[in-house]
Amino acid sequence: MAKVLMIDPGKCISCRTCELACVFKHDKEFRPSAARVNVVQFEKEGISVPLMCLQCETAACLKVCPTGALKKNAATGALEVADDRCIRCKMCINACPFGNATFDAVKNRVLRCDLCGGDPQCAKFCPGGAITYVEATSGTLAKKRAYAAKFKDALEVAK
Amino acid sequence: MYGWVGQVLRINLTNGTIKKEALDQAEAGKYLGARGLGTRLWIKEVGPTVDALSAENNLIFMTGPLTGTLATNGGRYNVVCKSPLTGAMAASNSGGYWGPELKYAGYDGIIFEGKAEKPVYVWINDDQVEIRCAEHLWGKDVIETTDTLRAETDFDAKVACIGPAGENLVKFACIVNDYTRAAGRSGVGAVMGFKNLKAVVVKGTGAVRVADPDGFLEALTKAREMVRSHPVTGTGLGLYGTGILINILDQSGGLPVNNFRDSGTFPNADATSGETLAKTYLVRNKGCMGCAIGCGRIVNVPDGPFKGFGEGPEYEAQWSLGADCGVDNLAAIVRANNYCNELGLDPISMGATIACAFELFEIGAISEKETGRAIRFGDAEAMVELTRQTAYREGFGNELAEGSYRLASKFGHPELSMSVKKQELPAYDPRGLQGLGLNYATSNRGGCHVRGYMTSPEILGIPEKLDNLATEGKAGWTKTFQDLTAAVDSSGICLFLTFAIGAPEVAAQLSTATGVECTADDVLKIGERIWNMERLFNLANGFTKDDDTLPPRLLKEPMKVGPLKGVVNKLSEMLPEYYKVRGWDEDGRPTPEKLEELGL
Repeated sequence: MAKVLMIDPGKCISCRTCELACVFKHDKEFRPSAARVNVVQFEKEGISVPLMCLQCETAACLKVCPTGALKKNAATGALEVADDRCIRCKMCINACPFGNATFDAVKNRVLRCDLCGGDPQCAKFCPGGAITYVEATSGTLAKKRAYAAKFKDALEVAK
Repeated sequence: MYGWVGQVLRINLTNGTIKKEALDQAEAGKYLGARGLGTRLWIKEVGPTVDALSAENNLIFMTGPLTGTLATNGGRYNVVCKSPLTGAMAASNSGGYWGPELKYAGYDGIIFEGKAEKPVYVWINDDQVEIRCAEHLWGKDVIETTDTLRAETDFDAKVACIGPAGENLVKFACIVNDYTRAAGRSGVGAVMGFKNLKAVVVKGTGAVRVADPDGFLEALTKAREMVRSHPVTGTGLGLYGTGILINILDQSGGLPVNNFRDSGTFPNADATSGETLAKTYLVRNKGCMGCAIGCGRIVNVPDGPFKGFGEGPEYEAQWSLGADCGVDNLAAIVRANNYCNELGLDPISMGATIACAFELFEIGAISEKETGRAIRFGDAEAMVELTRQTAYREGFGNELAEGSYRLASKFGHPELSMSVKKQELPAYDPRGLQGLGLNYATSNRGGCHVRGYMTSPEILGIPEKLDNLATEGKAGWTKTFQDLTAAVDSSGICLFLTFAIGAPEVAAQLSTATGVECTADDVLKIGERIWNMERLFNLANGFTKDDDTLPPRLLKEPMKVGPLKGVVNKLSEMLPEYYKVRGWDEDGRPTPEKLEELGL
């Protein structure tokens, strides 16, 4: 069963460790502006949301890519960019409704999550459990469990 | 370069020049960065007797070689200058994102010289650096300043600025970055205000590189695992913030109360604790860049007279604005702490100075003639209002803005200032923690807990439990803590990690990041070198062994209540031994042999 990245902004402490771990895995240097995950901060409300590509099944980026540079990795389910086929047209960046594909002007390439080949470093280093990499079954989805617990509580009260 | 990015900005505010200079590699090797290197660069260029509030007092923002990396909590930078509060070297440490961003922009640090004619801010956008007019920002608080500057420059830019307190030269004004993180102590904000420098805005898209990526990953992974599995850093600080210490100190009897007059337990201490904060106003935890702990508290007081949203308070503020003022109203503490963040005040000195004023009022040394109203211990409303007034030097706030030492001296009772070298003591009564008392007395920047956190062995039992009332052996422990702390501060990582990791883990991360081989012993040696450099500065500036002392109350008046009732600090039993283990003479001066050994 393929695993998926799950985000839980309620647990995000804004530390941006995911950004550092991501870019270090890919480039062996610390340049958060080239991270494939970004922590979007709302300072006034004290809320932060880590965002990265969650690998759409029917992906807009894939549809608009004119050269076939985007290929699905059968093992991980991640859409990966083949830099040698990519013509830097940036159509994928424009097509993605989430802003999860970006362009790195310094290294002249498209950036998007490739799940680190099946061991996503953002999830590995996240200190608060805001990013997890889990089996995509309902039983492992924390939110569903938390919500189901409310039914459990209600039913227990009703008993 | 690896670890360091290899470049320093030099900005002269008098004549508006901006220069980019190569980082001095030899000095960086000897002093690392942040506190150590910043102080070294200051001393090299400025004489020790220069007036803190003069154009000659350079203001240096400096990161460390681990700042901006995935090293355990590499979110830190230091602000270095001569302190207007103490006259000693100020090196104030802050977290958040600003320090890392400066390195991504391509600079290890910035040296500000001179004084601008009119209010200015500096906008650093990678290699583009400009000095811009800040007249429209003068008088604005930290939040509005930060919002306005991000709108004017770049939404992703990071802002370090002063509030009204810094503009009004409050002697303990701080510099606040990323809305709520502060280079808090010793009045670095007043020096920035004197220079007419409202803010430094940074955006960087570059990289910090390390010498041995695989080795670095291995070293930091090990250190992070230690941090996450340690009860203090992995559980306690995240759950309850640093405020977890309120109940611990209260129960151990080492909590200072009412300007240290009624130490060491506080009735209703729990109402001001980290546990209570977590149950009431805590919205979420927050971490600085790369943090594995998350001790920051995002808080919201939803209604009532102290309504408001902000970050903190952390332990020291929970105490200074709380038990030290006799205040057990947590909402009021949060409100006053928010004022400190918004207006740019150091909450430790703020609360402690108000506590001093409360006592001056209670003994009749000041009256309503000066204060405008009765101010007594336990008055939450007065505490909050005086905090606000201080930032604007409004009414009696103008006296408080000078700090407790000048306040108490002016009204004839310097002994009621609970300070060392004119800087207010933090939240641990040194009568109950003998070794911490030695650290307070010898701290190069005056009253301070984060120069050698002896609370760790004396109360928390980390790395091992020492008898907090014993004096034997405390000199050696204090030296080791002070030296390790100086090296940690200078590396650009967070001191809180040292609950879980030690010199070997710091050394492993430094070596692999910089490519300069460094052992645990080297780390301590670098720390010792920094400590002695700071000491030499203080001596050249007129400080003597007589300044290595504590307020008379802590040496003579026994603790009044609690399990440690009856004790005083026995500094004289520890100080001579401390000088000896430091390799200093009887007057506290480093010997020529020690200086040679340290390459000073």
